[in-house]
Amino acid sequence: MTQSFPEEVLEHVFSFLTSHTDRNAVSLVSKSWYDTERWCRDHVFIGNCYAVNPRVLTRRFKEVKAVELKGKPHFADFNLVPEGWGGCVDPWIVEMGRVYSGLEEIRLKRMEVTDEGLEMVAKGFGKLKVLVLASCDGFSTDGLAAVAANCRNLRVLDLRECEVEELSCHWLSHFPDSFTLLESLNIACLSSEVSFSALERLVSRSPNLKTLKLNRTVPLEKLSTLLQRAPQLVEFGTGAYSAEGLDAYSSLAEAFSGCKKLKSLSGFWDVIPAYLPAVYSVCSQLTSLNLSYATTQSPDLSKIISHCHNLQRLVVLDYIEDTGLETVATSCKDLKELVVFPSDPYVADANVPLTEQGLVSVSQGCTKLHSVLYFCRQMSNSALVSISKNRPNITCFRLCILEPRSPDYLTLEPLDTGFGSIVENCKQLTRLSMSGLLTDRVFEYIGKHAKKLDMLSIAFAGDTDLGLHYILSGCDSLRKLEIRDCPFGDKALLANASKLETMRSLWMSSCFVSFGACKLLGQKMPRLNVEVIDERENLNSIPENVPVEKVYIYRTVCGQRFDMPDFVRIMGKDKADVYNLS
Amino acid sequence: MDQIKRNTLNLFEDNDHLTTELRLGLPGSDDQPEIKTTSLSSNKRSSSEMGSSSCMDENESTFSPPAKEQIVGWPPVRSYRKNILQVKKMESDTGSGIYVKVSMDGAPYLRKLDLKMYTSYEELMKGLQDMFKCLIGLYSEREGYNGSHHALTYEDKEGDWMLVGDVPWEMFISTCKRLRIMKSCEARGLGGSL
Repeated sequence: MTQSFPEEVLEHVFSFLTSHTDRNAVSLVSKSWYDTERWCRDHVFIGNCYAVNPRVLTRRFKEVKAVELKGKPHFADFNLVPEGWGGCVDPWIVEMGRVYSGLEEIRLKRMEVTDEGLEMVAKGFGKLKVLVLASCDGFSTDGLAAVAANCRNLRVLDLRECEVEELSCHWLSHFPDSFTLLESLNIACLSSEVSFSALERLVSRSPNLKTLKLNRTVPLEKLSTLLQRAPQLVEFGTGAYSAEGLDAYSSLAEAFSGCKKLKSLSGFWDVIPAYLPAVYSVCSQLTSLNLSYATTQSPDLSKIISHCHNLQRLVVLDYIEDTGLETVATSCKDLKELVVFPSDPYVADANVPLTEQGLVSVSQGCTKLHSVLYFCRQMSNSALVSISKNRPNITCFRLCILEPRSPDYLTLEPLDTGFGSIVENCKQLTRLSMSGLLTDRVFEYIGKHAKKLDMLSIAFAGDTDLGLHYILSGCDSLRKLEIRDCPFGDKALLANASKLETMRSLWMSSCFVSFGACKLLGQKMPRLNVEVIDERENLNSIPENVPVEKVYIYRTVCGQRFDMPDFVRIMGKDKADVYNLS
Repeated sequence: MDQIKRNTLNLFEDNDHLTTELRLGLPGSDDQPEIKTTSLSSNKRSSSEMGSSSCMDENESTFSPPAKEQIVGWPPVRSYRKNILQVKKMESDTGSGIYVKVSMDGAPYLRKLDLKMYTSYEELMKGLQDMFKCLIGLYSEREGYNGSHHALTYEDKEGDWMLVGDVPWEMFISTCKRLRIMKSCEARGLGGSL
């Protein structure tokens, strides 16, 4: 096919495509489009670091400014992936350092990051502006010090929910006195003290600072100082929100009232209710409020929320209770996203009056609600049906009923019809997490209706392989499937092997998938890595029909990886099981 | 496409186990083998939960609430979120844990220890010896260090380094800020507490 447009024109057209899915799509049109596109793509997204490798990246894309990498599977967040599994970013940093000297943005999620890696970043990428580490671990404050000392162009340092080894409180002092470019700093995940004077000096010399999320150790008494130095803040996260006496109150209230641009508040550890009104002056500006560390009772929570008429995102503990959620339903008419975490996840009967009713109220009152993450202790099919009819615009629905396999508490039936109603009415649903008592029937509903579903999480559900078969054969848009403790086994998996190549990944743990099936799947599907993750000893002597502990299956263009620990095996490659070759 | 679907469904209808009949019993009854969901199984080398070196996880396993067996990774709440609330609960129930850093001369990494886990010097010694794989002796005027190569010292609230063992246990845990396992030859110059 002859090229209709000169390359420059094509490149210009492509420059309007910002989503990586669109970019991927145009690169498949023809060889010339593929070539043109790869020369001008400067933002690269890699959803599974093992789907490709660093050399594949640098061979294809030549001038990358921003890279986003994800490592461990999602269930790693809940300790289901043993330590040492993989996802180390260092080889990527080495290779990118070799080729992408102009790299400006690095975003990592669930990757292992070492201090050496951070030092390489700090010294190798002089133009680095953005460093976001989400749910990463493996590094210490020494690595952060290297970044602070060397990244002269840094705008954003965001440590989102990371586990950092905190060796020193002085890493912040490594930002040079001449460094004034900071726009965003998130250290909320750190549990040790940071040097407050270094923090204060840094804030004072950062006129563009828009986001500042402190950690728990920054005392309330110091907040007004910081806010006075940075009244231009858009996002602010407090430290521990408590003090002895009320002396600090009036200066804090005044400091908050000076923050005319503030749109997001978080933090609020150890909250003392008497100090909550200090934020009232900014409540009507807020679009995002995270009170998930605020262990205070419903009336206090309701009061502050009732002032937040423009709220779009609310994260809160179940201390809010059904009554508090009614306040949300009446006060927060723009609410788009609701997250309710459990205050006491392990106690069977925690006596917190938060039930399915709270969620129903919000679904009634908040017409823009599209994303829900809700932990509760009871649910009914009728509530789920109501929610689905109230809010057919829901795109993300994650419900966690704390006790596994809980039935409809009113009828004692499975919750199949309730979740069935969700997938049938919410036609734009892209993400679903289910819980409670569920039979194969719910999966039949999902396979039939959830055509836009992209990610599905299942636990303690289903009866037979048919459940898994319905999902894999019916959900046309499915890319991520994670399953734990379900009676799904070999048949459904093998019957739908080709589906797995259309997905990013499948995780199955504590199910009935056998070693033999994993081997067979790995042999038949060269473009899938079938990783068996199993910590039992004497694995070689376990018969092939025994279920594996965990299996993680993902498509890849690179074949096996070479950094596997001894409890990970990639099955079925080279006509025999491939073990760790290092 | 429909043909393929029908064929694969046939695979299931033939097999007795995989019919579409609605089961009213709870999964796990009838012919389904029990799914193990507990975190402790005998052959494991180390489950990720128990293997974590975070102090908070040690707390979690000691202070887990009664009457509910914990399933690994359930409910799906991140660890740091569980810990924050548990720490708060413990602080109100039992008084806060007393975490102190422990260093050993020659070892590259520090450890952290909750003194509230122990009720006597003997228990503390045992705990430290297990942690650092060394022999520590309590100093006595008569016997010196009992032939062991290491001595245990602590920094008190006033910043002084003291030999461990002189004061009653309760007083010790309220004044101890950090611990250091020294070579016994270097510990000779230290004085006892007031």
